[in-house]
Amino acid sequence: MIRDITIGQYYQTDSVIHRLDPRVKLAGTIIYIVTLFLVGNIWGYLLATLGLAAVIKLSKVPLGYILRGMKAIGFLLGITVVFNMFLTPGTPIFSFWIFTLTWEGIRTALFMGWRLILLIISASLMTLTTTPNQLTDGMEKALKPLNKLGVPVHEIAMMMSISLRFIPILLEETDKIMKAQIARGADFESGNIIEKAKAMVPLLVPLFISAFRRANDLAMAMESRCYRGGEGRTKMKPLIYKKADKLAYLYLLGFAVITVFVGRL
Amino acid sequence: MSIKLERINYIYGQGTEMVVHALKDIHIEIKDGEFVGLIGHTGSGKSTLVQHLNGLIKPTEGHIYFDGQDIYAEGYDMKKHRSNVGLVFQYPEHQLFEVDVLSDVCFGPKNLGLKKDEAEAQAKEALALVGMGEQYYKRSPFDLSGGQKRRVAIAGVLAMKPKMLILDEPTAGLDPQGRKEILELISGLRERAGITIVLVSHSMEDVAEYVDRVIVMNKGAVAYDGAPKEVFSHLEELEEMGLAAPEVSYIVHKLREKGLEVETDAITMEEAAKDILAALEARRKGNL
Repeated sequence: MIRDITIGQYYQTDSVIHRLDPRVKLAGTIIYIVTLFLVGNIWGYLLATLGLAAVIKLSKVPLGYILRGMKAIGFLLGITVVFNMFLTPGTPIFSFWIFTLTWEGIRTALFMGWRLILLIISASLMTLTTTPNQLTDGMEKALKPLNKLGVPVHEIAMMMSISLRFIPILLEETDKIMKAQIARGADFESGNIIEKAKAMVPLLVPLFISAFRRANDLAMAMESRCYRGGEGRTKMKPLIYKKADKLAYLYLLGFAVITVFVGRL
Repeated sequence: MSIKLERINYIYGQGTEMVVHALKDIHIEIKDGEFVGLIGHTGSGKSTLVQHLNGLIKPTEGHIYFDGQDIYAEGYDMKKHRSNVGLVFQYPEHQLFEVDVLSDVCFGPKNLGLKKDEAEAQAKEALALVGMGEQYYKRSPFDLSGGQKRRVAIAGVLAMKPKMLILDEPTAGLDPQGRKEILELISGLRERAGITIVLVSHSMEDVAEYVDRVIVMNKGAVAYDGAPKEVFSHLEELEEMGLAAPEVSYIVHKLREKGLEVETDAITMEEAAKDILAALEARRKGNL
């Protein structure tokens, strides 16, 4: 039932984008998002869309799969667009109660919606092509200098990768407990909001207990393998920039500069 | 009371890269009072199949009839159906949530709309069936031992007075003593409460000793369906499916290979011992 959410999931396949160093993808996503906010005209947006389309094509992730994940944010997107349309001051087209539709509003709303869609697609493209482990590895390496300031970078990265790893497990567990309680006649759908909240107790209590049990087991397993944090720890697959990664940085910078230049003409 | 599955197909992941045909043309009828063992390797579709039986999963194709009524027909009382066909999941103790044992077991009957005292009466009856006495009623379910928790969880389903009880790997994670206790309890349920039982398992020993019919699942389809002796005679085919016959089957087959004229259809330790003794006796007589 909850399996339809694709945001934040990894799509297993082999592509140029999948093979890139996670740091490139992290930096790329950030640069792309910054670019999106610097762009102010339709040509800039078109260029940004084209760039993203090219990366999607290279990544071999089916477009339908990416768009399916967008359904979840459709509501948010709708609200943003409507509010921008009616609440931006400018040349009015027509008025209704306290709302006034303006030309400027339509323009802002369209750009805003467009920007949001690109933003979310680019961010989900990163998670679709990078496993959570690679992602945290990339972050850990990129943030390494902060270690000198006393920030426990490795520990934070470890916590992140553990929590990411637990999301599918907990989803599965929720599904299982839900079914078990439905088999005992529980009803999660009907009733008013208070009844619905009450109906969650038989789901949440076992879920919490199982989360604690799993956390406990994991801690035990880590301790019995003498895990003791980041100091002096080496990696089996250390991250090293390859030629493709350096080229990717180059393309990325070129793309960002051109798009911002065109987008601010 | 019988449940009948007609041409059940279940496919998930449609429209994605990973389409799985989990159940293929399943035809099964389970009659009143039967004790059926459902076995299969991990991923053979046995858990998916039992979730169909009590309406948790809707088949992509096919029909399920309970007492002649299509359970997916419009207006069919699914809640009532779920109380008729009780399903005990794997590690059922993970679903416990109440503050004490009695209220947890009352959860099911209360959901069926019973009043507090009726629900409690049914809960107490169910707890008695699983051998949990009055001294446990007010204990927290989380303070009990693993085996006791499992009994309480099974009682939670029994309290809805099901006519048919499906148990998915009820002995998983228990020690040999606990396994035996749970299996004795389950086979006792049929005799004492007259409940039809479906036991899902991958342990041949568990199944061989108690059930009177075995259904073997392989890759989403029914591979064998028959009496245990008959099914376990397909030693090699079962091995190919990643399953094994009860260990004594191997012993009697090996003995026969080595030249001892022993019957090979024994599936429990006692039967095998008797057959081997008989064969030895016969040989001794022959030698004289």
